[in-house]
Amino acid sequence: MTTIRHILTLFKKEVLLEFRQQYSFYGVLLYVASTIFVLYLAMGQPENTVWNGLFWMMQLFICVNAVAKSFLQESRGRQLYFYSLCHPVHFMLAKMIFNAVLMLLMTMVSLLLFMLFLGSPLSHPGIFVGVSCFGAMSISLVFSFLAAIAARAQQNAALMAILGFPLIIPELMLLMRMSAIAFSDVFQSGLLSIVLLLFCFDIMVILLSVILFPFLWKD
Amino acid sequence: MLRKNWWKILSFLFLLYTFTAGFLGNVPAKPILNETIRNLYFHVAMWFGMMIFFIVSLVYSLKYLRHNNSVHDIYAVEFARTGIVFGSLGLLTGSVWARWAWGAFWSNDPKQIGAAVALLIYLAYFVLRNSLTDRDKSARISAVYNVFAFAMLFPTIWIIPRMVESLHPGGMGNPALDSNDIDKRMRVIFWFGAIPGWTLLGLWITNLRTRIQLLSLNQETNV
Repeated sequence: MTTIRHILTLFKKEVLLEFRQQYSFYGVLLYVASTIFVLYLAMGQPENTVWNGLFWMMQLFICVNAVAKSFLQESRGRQLYFYSLCHPVHFMLAKMIFNAVLMLLMTMVSLLLFMLFLGSPLSHPGIFVGVSCFGAMSISLVFSFLAAIAARAQQNAALMAILGFPLIIPELMLLMRMSAIAFSDVFQSGLLSIVLLLFCFDIMVILLSVILFPFLWKD
Repeated sequence: MLRKNWWKILSFLFLLYTFTAGFLGNVPAKPILNETIRNLYFHVAMWFGMMIFFIVSLVYSLKYLRHNNSVHDIYAVEFARTGIVFGSLGLLTGSVWARWAWGAFWSNDPKQIGAAVALLIYLAYFVLRNSLTDRDKSARISAVYNVFAFAMLFPTIWIIPRMVESLHPGGMGNPALDSNDIDKRMRVIFWFGAIPGWTLLGLWITNLRTRIQLLSLNQETNV
């Protein structure tokens, strides 16, 4: 139970930091709004497949920015302080949970803005909301781990993007397949197997991150 | 053992056997594939070789994380490098095969895309290594990434292409090396000629590279 308490405390610290230094949260929010607006100016109100593709590309870039900001804003001194204070696994889990929640919020906002600006060609909006929440959290898990790696490599945010894009492609393929189901008028039965596969993928990423983070921590 | 020459000569002999028997031997007459099934000895053997080298690279990365021995790190990098070379050749031979069997070099088949993504993931491994200037840090962080990248291979190349519709053998659940597709003669040449031959060749290349790296490492530490 102390593990969960530690993780919750660290999570609360993250949330508190967000409230105090509001530039991170509002920064990403501004980024979301501006990019969606630019997309609207460029594309108008696109049709299904383009809408789907644009939405997931947006999620990708939002995730890179949001996670980079949250992980890389801590200075080395502060990281050393945390190293002496808490268990690396707790630290990593708290960061991952925080990033997942942040991404969830951002996805909801961007979905709203997408539907507002770019039209709403969804036949099953409920399914799409569920898919986008799940997808956003999955993407944020992979990028959290990559941000941990990039944080060790001279705090380079660009490196995180470079490492991240190949790794995220299989996940994106699954997500696009899932969300395409939400567009079609006929209900297709393949959804559950893809959801299960993505869930297993996420579990694998979480386990790997938790096992491998202590090696990154020793610095 | 690795400094001896016998296994290098053996590799040459295996490959000689593979090439001769591969091109001159009889193959079962399959519809659509016809003679292109000979590519089995090259394309599939390349991918097998790649998996073997990535597994060895993973083992050395894990050893490095446990013991912090630079030699293990050098082995891990060089095996990953050879794995990428074999993987690229596998992709190339696959495209050539696709040109004759499916009509185009690249048809956005899930397996092709998965293979390309796997190569990109491992290329990112090298980008990561080069971006870190401190040698120990670079070794440790790239070892961590190597484990992650290897775990990513499985969904990308094996699981997802098998689940979706694909032109490549192995889509929609049926296994790729089906016993109905290749006959006994081909199986002998494949398992006893192609795989050992290409694997030993890759081992030879990696061995040479690691020896060079070890020499330069010794030179640096002794100066």
